[in-house]
Amino acid sequence: MKEILVLAEHRKGEIREISFEMLALANRLAEENNLSAVALFLGHEASDLSEKLKGACDRIVVMDDPELANYNADPYLLAMELVLKERKPLLTFIGHTATGMDLAPALAARLSLPLATDCLEVNLVDGRIEVIRQIYGGKINAHLTIKPFDQYVFSIRPGSASAEAKQGKSGTAETVPVPSWLDLKGRRFLEYLEAELEDIDISAADILVSIGRGIAKPENIPVAQEFADAIGATLSCSRPVADKEWLPKSRQVGTSGKTVNPKIYIALGISGAFQHQAGMKNANTIIAVNKDPRAPIFNIAHYGIVDDMFKVLPLLKEKFTKK
Amino acid sequence: MNIVVCVKQVPEVADADLEINKEGTRIEREDLVMDINEWDNYAVEEAVRIKEVYGGTVTVVTLGDEDSEDVLRRALAMGADEAILIDEEGFEASDATGIARGLFRAIHDLSFDLLLTGVQSADDGWGQVGLILAEFLNIPYASMAVGVEIEGGRAIVLRELESNTQEKVELSLPAVLTIQTGINDPRYVSIMGIRKVRNIEIKETRAQELGLSEDEIGAKGSSVASRNLSLPPIGEGAEILTGSLGEICEKAAQIIRDKGGVE
Repeated sequence: MKEILVLAEHRKGEIREISFEMLALANRLAEENNLSAVALFLGHEASDLSEKLKGACDRIVVMDDPELANYNADPYLLAMELVLKERKPLLTFIGHTATGMDLAPALAARLSLPLATDCLEVNLVDGRIEVIRQIYGGKINAHLTIKPFDQYVFSIRPGSASAEAKQGKSGTAETVPVPSWLDLKGRRFLEYLEAELEDIDISAADILVSIGRGIAKPENIPVAQEFADAIGATLSCSRPVADKEWLPKSRQVGTSGKTVNPKIYIALGISGAFQHQAGMKNANTIIAVNKDPRAPIFNIAHYGIVDDMFKVLPLLKEKFTKK
Repeated sequence: MNIVVCVKQVPEVADADLEINKEGTRIEREDLVMDINEWDNYAVEEAVRIKEVYGGTVTVVTLGDEDSEDVLRRALAMGADEAILIDEEGFEASDATGIARGLFRAIHDLSFDLLLTGVQSADDGWGQVGLILAEFLNIPYASMAVGVEIEGGRAIVLRELESNTQEKVELSLPAVLTIQTGINDPRYVSIMGIRKVRNIEIKETRAQELGLSEDEIGAKGSSVASRNLSLPPIGEGAEILTGSLGEICEKAAQIIRDKGGVE
């Protein structure tokens, strides 16, 4: 039976959620197309971790070596090259994460396989592979049909399938031999660094007023801060604001920053790239203010105001200051 | 420390109303402002900063139409020394591999210690070209760099991971790095600055000169058989507040009071 191979992602002794999301997708496709869902676990002395994949796949392929203890593209590529050549999985799924974004393009290039990155959906339609991904910062959906190949590689956007560790499976584990490490190219993993102590913990706030690219210049930040003060909220931001150092990195909501679950999240001039959405989509109530009616933020907000934040804020603030 | 930087010109879409052509294959670009891809701008700045400390040259390369000369002039104004323009003819509808093939042929004879490019482009967002280049060049790489130091002939690179975590990796040189936004504060480019570099000759080349055949690039060389673009539905999910601005604000204030317990 042909296989769908899913690279299980783990860091610092934890299986990352994307692994179960991809396995859920793989299980669905496997069932529909008579394929089997196989998890690939690359690590070192971590059988307690690989064990956790059991309920979510038909087989677990384990490669165990000190070189694979922490993710490093260099040995990972050799390991995956060996597995993909031996097993010839029809589909290989890798997370569109800091790990998968680092790994998938080089892997596909090395093996001359087609790769579509950041896929929201992968479907097999009459033997053809169709994927959906987004372009232009999430403003356009692209439906792609991939040319026929013997094997395909896809990187899957986090959050596009729901993760379930127990999917009614009982995968058996099989340990496979490691490749020769003679062809390593000279990258070494040194250490993980955690963020330093912060001025404020935005994930503890009940209400967040969050600013994005639409704030336009640092001189405008007081407008948002005054509104936040008026409703007792904490000020946070999306990536462009932190990149420009208009607010400290500790205030950044999103994949590379913080995940927040406040009672209310007010997104001001934030377009809503998926990396941002991943950090705030579980807020109880999301209110988005954006000039662009097609901003992706409106797809996950509960309430939307299509207008200029600088017109909205003074009026809205007044509702809370005047007694 | 000789550095090659691969850059791309992309349309600015953050505030734009995008339209798709009637075949559904591409967006209408006529009314869009073109600029350097944001990630690539950080890559140029990082290259120039490294050069300012360690000496050497910075060469910028792009693949595009003749208007793409603008992003090369911009990079020269920021401090790059040389520029190469690969004519896009024949590369239309290439996938990331096709683009990487063109860039690889244009730069593989150059002597360099670092090759930088942005993590991804703001248009197609494949996030592949830099790493495919590393593979073609058979050299180590690190993606999503948010810090670069050169120490004893090696690069110490901070990679951005999830949840305010970074990893530190070491690379032997030469190496490829893809640069994440926020790594530095790109310098401002004035019209005066661009005028000053107008006499620097831009080296031009094309697919045939690079020895690329038709089936390696363009639609024929791409792994994508067809693509169909669509606009996601407007405000799927959100209840858009309507009325006069005053009414909208009153409704929003009520929601904030109800859901947040704000007085």
